[in-house]
This record gives sequence, C-alpha cells and structure tokens, in this order.
Amino acid sequence: MKRLSKYRRHPLAAALVIGLGLLLVGSIYAFATPAAPAEASNARNQAVQEGRQMFLKGCSSCHGLNAEGTKIAPSLIGVGAASVDFQVGTGRMPMADASVQAMAKTPQYSPTETMALAEYIASLAPGPAIPSQESLNYSRDGNLAQGGALFRTNCAMCHNFAGQGGALSQGKYAASLMGVPPQKIYEAMITGPQSMPVFGDRSLTPLQKLSIIKWLKNAENEKAQGGIALGKVGPVTEGLLVWTLGLGLLIGAAVWLGAKSK
Amino acid sequence: MSDTQATKSGIDNGAFDFLDERTGIAKALKNNLRKIFPDHWSFMLGEIALYSFIILLLSGTFLTFFFVPSQEEVIYHGSYAPLAGLQMSQAYASTIDMSFDVRGGLLMRQIHHWAALIFLAAMIVHLLRVFFTGAYRKPREFNWLLGIGLLTLGILEGFAGYSLPDDLLSGTGLRIAEAIVQAIPLVGTYLAFFLFGGPFPGHIFISRLYTIHVLLIPAIILALITVHLMLVWFQKHTQYPGPGRTEKNVVGYPLMPVYMAKAGGFFFIVFGITAFLGALFSINPIWLYGPYNPSQISAGSQPDFYMGWLDGLVRMAPNLETHAFGHTISWNILIPALIVPGIFFTGLALFPFLESWVNGDKNEHHLLERPRNAPTRTALGVGGLTFMIVALINGGNDIIATHFGLSINQIMWFSRIGIFLLPVISFLITKRICLGLAHKDRDTVLHGRESGRLVMLPNGEYIEVHEQISADEKWTLTQHKQYDVIAGQTNVDSNGLQRATGIKGRTRRALSKWMYGEQVAKPTTADLEIESGEH
Ligand code: HEC
Ligand code: HEC
Ligand code: HEM
Repeated sequence: MKRLSKYRRHPLAAALVIGLGLLLVGSIYAFATPAAPAEASNARNQAVQEGRQMFLKGCSSCHGLNAEGTKIAPSLIGVGAASVDFQVGTGRMPMADASVQAMAKTPQYSPTETMALAEYIASLAPGPAIPSQESLNYSRDGNLAQGGALFRTNCAMCHNFAGQGGALSQGKYAASLMGVPPQKIYEAMITGPQSMPVFGDRSLTPLQKLSIIKWLKNAENEKAQGGIALGKVGPVTEGLLVWTLGLGLLIGAAVWLGAKSK
Repeated sequence: MSDTQATKSGIDNGAFDFLDERTGIAKALKNNLRKIFPDHWSFMLGEIALYSFIILLLSGTFLTFFFVPSQEEVIYHGSYAPLAGLQMSQAYASTIDMSFDVRGGLLMRQIHHWAALIFLAAMIVHLLRVFFTGAYRKPREFNWLLGIGLLTLGILEGFAGYSLPDDLLSGTGLRIAEAIVQAIPLVGTYLAFFLFGGPFPGHIFISRLYTIHVLLIPAIILALITVHLMLVWFQKHTQYPGPGRTEKNVVGYPLMPVYMAKAGGFFFIVFGITAFLGALFSINPIWLYGPYNPSQISAGSQPDFYMGWLDGLVRMAPNLETHAFGHTISWNILIPALIVPGIFFTGLALFPFLESWVNGDKNEHHLLERPRNAPTRTALGVGGLTFMIVALINGGNDIIATHFGLSINQIMWFSRIGIFLLPVISFLITKRICLGLAHKDRDTVLHGRESGRLVMLPNGEYIEVHEQISADEKWTLTQHKQYDVIAGQTNVDSNGLQRATGIKGRTRRALSKWMYGEQVAKPTTADLEIESGEH
C-alpha cells in the first residue's frame, strides 16, 4: 500500500492504472471474484470524495472551490499530500485569522480526515507524497554529526544553532523544532512551509534529511551539559543573568559588608 | 613555658629588627598599615572588578594548559558524539576536549567566562559610581583616564577570548570585526589583510589572538591596574560628605586589620559567586554552536553584552554606501562601529577636563558630590546610559522578537528613533528629578523634616509638625559647591579668571549656562536666620 502510493503520481501511473483496470475487468470475468487493488482504488476514491467535501466546507473559502487559490491564499494544485499533512497535521491549516504567519496549534482534523484532505489535494496534481513511517527510521539510518553539520549549513540561519527557532523579518519567525515529530520535519523540508525554502532531494538527499532528523531528535533529548541552559539562544540570556543575578548577588554582598562595619 | 615564649618573641623581634635596621620597613609599614579607607558599599564596585580580574588570571592559566591555539584542521574523535568525525580546527577541538574530557575543564571554562562578564559589568558600574559622584574631579582626572583605558582593554580582551575557541559564533563575530576593520577608509582593506595574514579567516589569526589574549592585554591591564591602585593609595580615597568629613581628612578604618580582613573576605565572596554561576549555569556552550565554518551562520548570533551595544548600533544603521575613486565607503559600518563609539568614548574620557574648563574650578576635591547637586551632569550620565541601553536592546532584537512576540522591524524602528529620542527624554526627566530632590533638601534644611504628625490649630486648620534637623545634617545638605553661570557683561568671571572671548568664550558661556543655569540655590546663613526668626 504505502509503497504503491509513493508511485501514484508517476507520469506512467495513469497508463498503468488503465492497463491494470482492463486487466482487472478481464480477471473479474474470468474468476468472478473481487480483487484487492480494486478495493484499494475504491477506498481511495472514497477518501478523495470525502476530502473534497471537507475541503469545500473548511478550506475553499480561502483556497477557492477547486483549490485554485484566491487573493488571500495560494493555489494548492501540485503542493502534494505532504504539504497538506504538514499544514493540517500541525494545526496550521485551516488558518485561524489573517496573521502574518499561520501558527501551529492543536490540529482540527483527525488523522483519517487529514489523510482524506491530502488524498484530495494529491488527486488534483502530482506533488510530494507523505513519507512513510518506515522510511523514517532515523535511529537506524543517518549520521548524527553529519546531520548537525548539515543543520548548521541549511537550517540554523533561521532556526538557531540548537533548533530553538529564530526571528525573521516583519514579525515572521522560524518555529522551534523541539518536539516536532520526524514525519513533520521531513514534510517541512520537502514542502517548505511559508517563508521556509523547499529542500528537494537534490539539495538534501533523503539520507541527509534523515541525518538532520537524527541530530534534531538527539538535541531534543541531550542532557544539559554544564548546568542550566538559559534557553540555548546564545549570549543574550547570559548577559541578562550577569546583570541581574550575578551583579545583584555581588552588590548585595557589598552592601551587607558595608552595613556590617557600622 | 614562659621561657620559650620569651625566647620566641625575642627571636621574632630580632629577625624583625634585623630587617628594619636595613630597610626601614617598620616606619613604612606603620604608615601604610594605618592608612585609612572610607567605607561604603559603592566603593567596593572597583574591588569586584579587581577580584574578577584575579579570578580571570587564575582560571585563564588553567585553560592555557589545555587550549591549543591553532587553526590546523583535525578530525574530532573525542567523547562528544554529535561532533564525531567532523573536521574542525585544533582550537575548537581542544576546547571541546577541555570541556568533556578534562576533569574540571568545563567548570573552569565557565568560571573564566562568567568572571569575564562580571569583570566588565563591575567596571561599568564602578565607572558609573565615579561619574555620578564627581569622583573624577581634580586631582583624579588621570585615574579616570586609566579607568576608561581599562574598560576599553577589557572589552578588547573579552572579545579576543570569545574569539579563541573558533566556534560558529566566535567566527561570525570575527567576520564582523573584519568587516569593521575593512570599513576604515583607505587603510582598512590592507589592515584587515595584515591582521588576518591573508583573506579571512586565514591560518594564523587564532595563534596571534592567543598571544594578545593571554599575554599582551593582560600584561597591560595588570600594569594599568597597578598604577590605578597606586594613585588611589597616594591620592587617598574620596568620601561622601558628612559630619567631620572634610576635603582635608579621610574618615574610615585603618587598612590593617579592618580593611584587609574585609577585602580578603570580599575576594572569597566574589570568587564564591563566580564559582556558583560557573557550576550552575551553562555559558558559551560551543559544542552546540559547532565548529566555525564560513558557509554557516546561526539565527540570533550575538556577541557578549560588552560588545552587544556595538552590534546593536551596526544592526540599526540604514544601508548607506558611497562609491568614490574606485573605493567603497561603507557608512553603514563606519558610522555605527567606529565614529559613534569613538565620539562616545572620547567624550567620556575628556569629560573631567571639559567640566572643569566650563566651571573654571581648578581646586582639588576629595569630597564626593551627591548626584542631585550636579543635575546636568547626572542627567547627562543617564542620557548616555540610555543611549547604550537602546543600542544593547537592538543588539538582541532577534531574541527579544521571538521571546516577546514582537517583530524585528518594530524593534529596529523603535531603536532607530529611540536612540535619538530616549536619551533626550531621560536627560530631561533626570534633571527634573534632581532639581526636585535638591528642592526637598533645601526645604528640609530650612523647615525641618516632615514628622507625619498633624496638629489642629485653634482656628481649626491642620498643620504638619516639622522637626528641625541637626546641625550635622544641615552641614551635609549644604556643604556642596555651586557654580555660577559665567556672566555675559564683565570680562572676568566669578572665579576671577580672565574670560576668553571669541568662539571659545562663547561656547564656554553657553555650556556654563546649560550646566549651571538651572539650580536650586542652597540656603544661605541669612535664609536660615530669617526662617528661625519666623518660627
Ligand atoms: C483563512 C484562510 C485559510 C483557510 C481557511 C485555509 N487556508 Fe490554507 N493557506 C492559507 C494561506 C494564506 C496560505 C499561505 C500561507 C503562507 O504561505 O504564508 C495557506 C497555505 C496552505 C498550504 C501550503 C501551500 C504550499 O504552498 O505548500 C496548504 C497545504 C493549505 N493551506 C491547506 C489548507 C487546507 C487543507 C485547509 C482546510 C483544512 C486550509 N488550507 C484552510 C489560508 C487559508
Ligand atoms: C529561510 C528560513 C528557513 C530555513 C533556512 C529553514 N526553515 Fe524551517 N521553517 C521556517 C519557517 C519560517 C517556519 C515556520 C513556518 C510556520 O510556522 O508555518 C519553518 C518551519 C519548520 C518546521 C515546522 C516546525 C513546527 O513547529 O511544526 C520544521 C520541522 C522545519 N522548519 C525544519 C527545517 C529544517 C530541517 C531546515 C533545514 C533543512 C529548515 N527548516 C530550514 C524557516 C526556515
Ligand atoms: C581581562 C581578562 C580576561 C578576559 C575578559 C577574558 C575573557 C575570555 C573569554 C570571554 C573567553 C572565552 C571563554 C569560553 O567561553 O570558551 C576566554 C578564553 C580564554 N582565555 Fe581569557 N580572559 C581574560 C584573561 C585571560 C588570561 C589572563 C588568560 C591566561 C593566562 C586567559 C586564557 C584564556 C584561554 C586559554 C582561553 C581559550 C580557552 C577557552 O576558550 O576555553 N584569559 N577568555
């Protein structure tokens, strides 16, 4: 199933499906028993239909009746199932209000509903597919240190050296990457949500993407070295601490010593 | 028993006499150990700076045993897995090794870095104390200059140290430093090339920086501190005005044993607090930043706070460049990174001379001024401080944006306008506050202090009873000197000095009016007599 779905937007897929369909019709006549692939495609058709209904209700006001886009929201034709799964699965879509950036919040659609929406958008035009869980075995594949180096080269300029997130211009920001599920990280890389660039397989191979995920997951669980981490945002919080707690204690001690001698 | 005692002390005396007869040490010790130091917590701020410098020397020496100042590329094989197999400079690798594979190494690094922040913060508050109390006035102008020199060297030393480990943030900082050097007209490009021994980052810079950081600047700082302290010694410490304290004496405790015991104790307190920070709070976690790589940069790359204001000024500068004669002049770097700080620090250094030129006061001062009695100077200080704080806030604009849900652009515009507006506003407010407090002092001297007790007069009116203050307090509140505005008519000013005419004279008159035009006259004896006659 999962393997198949990966190829479903291949240029030859339609021809293959038609060919298979003809073959099937013949087979049904021959054996008069329903075959599994037909059921699968029926199920998918049904999901596409359900997805379309949900889309009309929840998304079309912004994205247009056929997902062709409007003045306020972009076209979704060709963004692929991965983009829908990322945007709806992290609660960014449906967008709550016209803020500068769609915020991650509690998802409003269940996983099956999200899949239906994704199937519908994917049925409009080929686009990046949802990566399967089994292809995301980051604890087995990938290289931790390489992942760190790749992260610093490709992601740290927006997401900060430790994936804590950072500010972009005009009130936009790159979110913190702590606690984001591996699948969503992968989807973010292949779809490039909002101001984030798309990292296609040519700029980062799937294995390199896995390495980045491996490093991020390690950073999430790494035990703090050297004490309280102060937010992992660099010298700003360190300076703040020295001017408040550090100098506070020192001057407090000076006042105390000064008072003692009276 | 008593026999041994006698011999023992006899031996001691003998040894001491032996020394004394040849060196005259007894007299020197007697004079010096009985030296009196005044006592106030704000006089200990400089001590914090001194002690943190000592901590820096000690912890820094430990670091030199393990740090390898080389940009030679190596493959990391240490115990920190997220960097395993990566290529990095030896400087970075050795700092990582020191952090994870040397016992106490990380603690020492953290103590060294926290001590550096405390060193600079303490110097700054010490400077503020000296400024706001007028302690820099004659004869201490030279020590003021030494202090400014120490602060500047401290900033440079801190930046050099921050750049040594060759991590992503330090490399980013160096890159900006290089851009600043390059922005110097005419010689910039050449100078940067000379400093880095070729195009950035080169191969020799870390080792040069190392010598500068562990030898050159510490040696100069040590020498300057020595002169600084010797001057305090010979000129004696200033003191706050109070009963029995005059321009001619020092009221306080003898160096030995009281002051020494306190100072020794205070050293251990400073050391304890630094160690507490080092043990509990992570600082400069370079393993998270990664090794420096010119193609990488992190969001929120910041320098330490003592350079943060400079970064903030550079960040708020609009993009301005001119191209002339095949050269590019980058005003967007030149102005915020060199011209503005140059003016600021020069102004700070020259302030004592400027002030005494304006008020014509060439007398020695050993009694401190209360900030309210020099309203314009106090306001000027607060204005300057506000300027620095706005710059510093803009230096952290990206962190502030993400943590307070603001937009970088909002903060940028706030800073661009605020850097001009807020110093002026804080100047005006501070001056009002000072004048208000001076008014209150005047009232207290004339009418006594409000006692909070209400009394009903026979006619039904309520009045608050005022308690007269003691003669000592009156003296404290009225001892300060007030300067007159240089008058416009005569050719001789109030201090009997021949007034310069022309632009210099006019500037001086204008400044004098600005500094001393608005004051609360302190009560005269005549005022007091009238008051006491009335009641
Ligand atoms: C209030 C208007 C609004 C609603 C409702 C809304 N969207 Fe969006 N959507 C947007 C806007 C605006 C963007 C573009 C965001 C950006 O790029 O900053 C967007 C972007 C997207 C994208 C990313 C497109 C890309 O280029 O990768 C997807 C996918 C998407 N929306 C799916 C949905 C789905 C599915 C729904 C319904 C559940 C939905 N949206 C509802 C406004 C809306
Ligand atoms: C140009 C800046 C930029 C770069 C480079 C960038 N991102 Fe992002 N990224 C963003 C922005 C902006 C968002 C937030 C989108 C949103 O909130 O809708 C984001 C969101 C994400 C999210 C979703 C976080 C969440 O909370 O759901 C992930 C995961 C992510 N990025 C991973 C990466 C990885 C991995 C890389 C490097 C390969 C990378 N990004 C590079 C700007 C960037
Ligand atoms: C005014 C005094 C000093 C200041 C402000 C200062 C500041 C700093 C700073 C901020 C660092 C970066 C530390 C880090 O987080 O890794 C550093 C590193 C270092 N300092 Fe200093 N320092 C001072 C004096 C000294 C002295 C006197 C020595 C040696 C005798 C020294 C030796 C070192 C060494 C070897 C490093 C690099 C190792 C490392 O980064 O861990 N420092 N210094």
